[in-house]
Amino acid sequence: MRDRFQEWVPRIVLAPSFAAVLIFVYGFILYTGWLSMTNSRMLPNNDFIGLANYTKLFGLKHWHIALTNLAIFGVLYIVISSVLGLFLAILLDQQIRNEGFIRTVYLYPMAISFIVTGVAWKWFLDPGIGLENTMHQWGWESFEFRWIKDRDFAIYTIVIAAIWQSSGYVMAMFLAGLRGVDNEIIKAAQVDGASGFLIYRRIIIPMMRPVFLSAFVVLTHLAIKSYDLVVAMTGGGPGRATEVPATFMYSYTFTRNQMGVGASSAIIMLIMVFSIVVPYLYSEIRHGEKQK
Amino acid sequence: MSHPAQENAINAGRLTRILIYTVLIFFVIYYLLPLWVMVSNSLKTLDEIRGGDMLAPPADITFEPWRQAWSQTQIGVEATGLKPYFLNSIIMVVPAVLLSTLLGALNGYVMTKWEFPGVNLIFGAMLLACFIPFQIVLIPMARILGMLGLAGTLGGLIMVHTVYGLGFTTLFFRNYYAAFPTELVRAAQIDGAGFFQVFRRILLPSSGPIIVVTIIWQFTNVWNDFLFGASFSGYSSTPITVALNNLVNSSTGVKEYNVHFAGAILAALPTLVVYIVSGRYFVRGLMAGAVKG
Repeated sequence: MRDRFQEWVPRIVLAPSFAAVLIFVYGFILYTGWLSMTNSRMLPNNDFIGLANYTKLFGLKHWHIALTNLAIFGVLYIVISSVLGLFLAILLDQQIRNEGFIRTVYLYPMAISFIVTGVAWKWFLDPGIGLENTMHQWGWESFEFRWIKDRDFAIYTIVIAAIWQSSGYVMAMFLAGLRGVDNEIIKAAQVDGASGFLIYRRIIIPMMRPVFLSAFVVLTHLAIKSYDLVVAMTGGGPGRATEVPATFMYSYTFTRNQMGVGASSAIIMLIMVFSIVVPYLYSEIRHGEKQK
Repeated sequence: MSHPAQENAINAGRLTRILIYTVLIFFVIYYLLPLWVMVSNSLKTLDEIRGGDMLAPPADITFEPWRQAWSQTQIGVEATGLKPYFLNSIIMVVPAVLLSTLLGALNGYVMTKWEFPGVNLIFGAMLLACFIPFQIVLIPMARILGMLGLAGTLGGLIMVHTVYGLGFTTLFFRNYYAAFPTELVRAAQIDGAGFFQVFRRILLPSSGPIIVVTIIWQFTNVWNDFLFGASFSGYSSTPITVALNNLVNSSTGVKEYNVHFAGAILAALPTLVVYIVSGRYFVRGLMAGAVKG
């Protein structure tokens, strides 16, 4: 009797969490998927209209701006964060005095919310009181930096702030990777007369492939989800210049009363994230099983 | 492996080392700059900010912006300062973090020590759930919260954060307990210990580090959340991130930059303090959150 009961306890303990995830994640995905095929406006309704919302979505200039911005933001953010992160990790791996302190400084932005980061950079890049004004005070009268107010350049200010926030994180990932490199390999290369630069370029950096992959997946999914930083820094503006899919989804769903279109944009975002994350997790888990 | 860095180091000349330190210090300044700008300008008068150099330290230190930000400035329609929103965030964070951590610990325990058919599939489903863009759940969640009578309440936000925190807390504990010797669990079972006894007496006493990692991770995420707060909070349940954004991006009145900076620091302070006090655990959480499987 007791054994029977004991056998069921683990399932009963796991059940609420599993049910919660099943409903609140997968059930909700299905529901949003269904809504994306209805003509829901301010409130959800069940008038099926097929893929009309998707056709409409991809015909909207607003959505194209959002996708273009995501592409610009995503590529610059991922590439620069990775390169800067690797660069700083290699420098920090050279028996640096006060390494702990420097690491702490590089990584602290990850502890801060995107809203706070946004506020700091918004005013720092504001031509009226920030960097431009400061340079004028310092006597550089012709200095001009108005990107945050400029339709063509505002998206790059968000890149700047986002890189500030997460490059330290990438640095920490690479540093952990570098510390895991087998010293024997490096010694052997040194015996063969390879220079430090060459060892990094030909041996160590190629060994960082798994870290590059992890960093890529983490940064990509952060990029696609980025919402807070845009809201805090530019609110999607000037005009629609810094609109991204996440802000698009929010405004179409909750302020423009086009819930069907909003839901279809959310589905597109999900497809983007899953097309990166699912293969990654699958290979990680497979790899993990093999090691067992 | 205590000093592996030593072996990897480039055998560099003095000039190279000076160059390395210069670059590293340059980036220390780069990362600290926004924090410095916030702190120094939160202590200046508005006139000094408008007329002066943003990077300079305050000429006359004033704490007025801090007082304003904490208890007087206008947010939305009421001049309450950030204080009530700060309290909202605390009331929201504490139960959400404790609940999701406890459930994560139990889930991790089941998944590693009481495996049953299908448990890996459940883990996979929970793991994938960590990565969904939350836009996908906003509409149905708003409906469910309405149906449960939790729309616009802190109770609703606690529920939301607990549910969407489960994936990561389960992942953390599962990976930690996977390395815990199963023989000890089996031995205790032979001695007649049941499910909860084994958990309490055998696993929990050695779970200190992973509990700290998980709590810090959850605390940081829930405190810093904006999307759920903006979507599901009401008049009396707005968390601090949303209130700060309302303060800074309100289109009415004079822009009180010094108050904005003081408010931003107030909003960042709890997670910053946690990071400074226990950075090691924070980094472990970040790493565990990045490297799966």
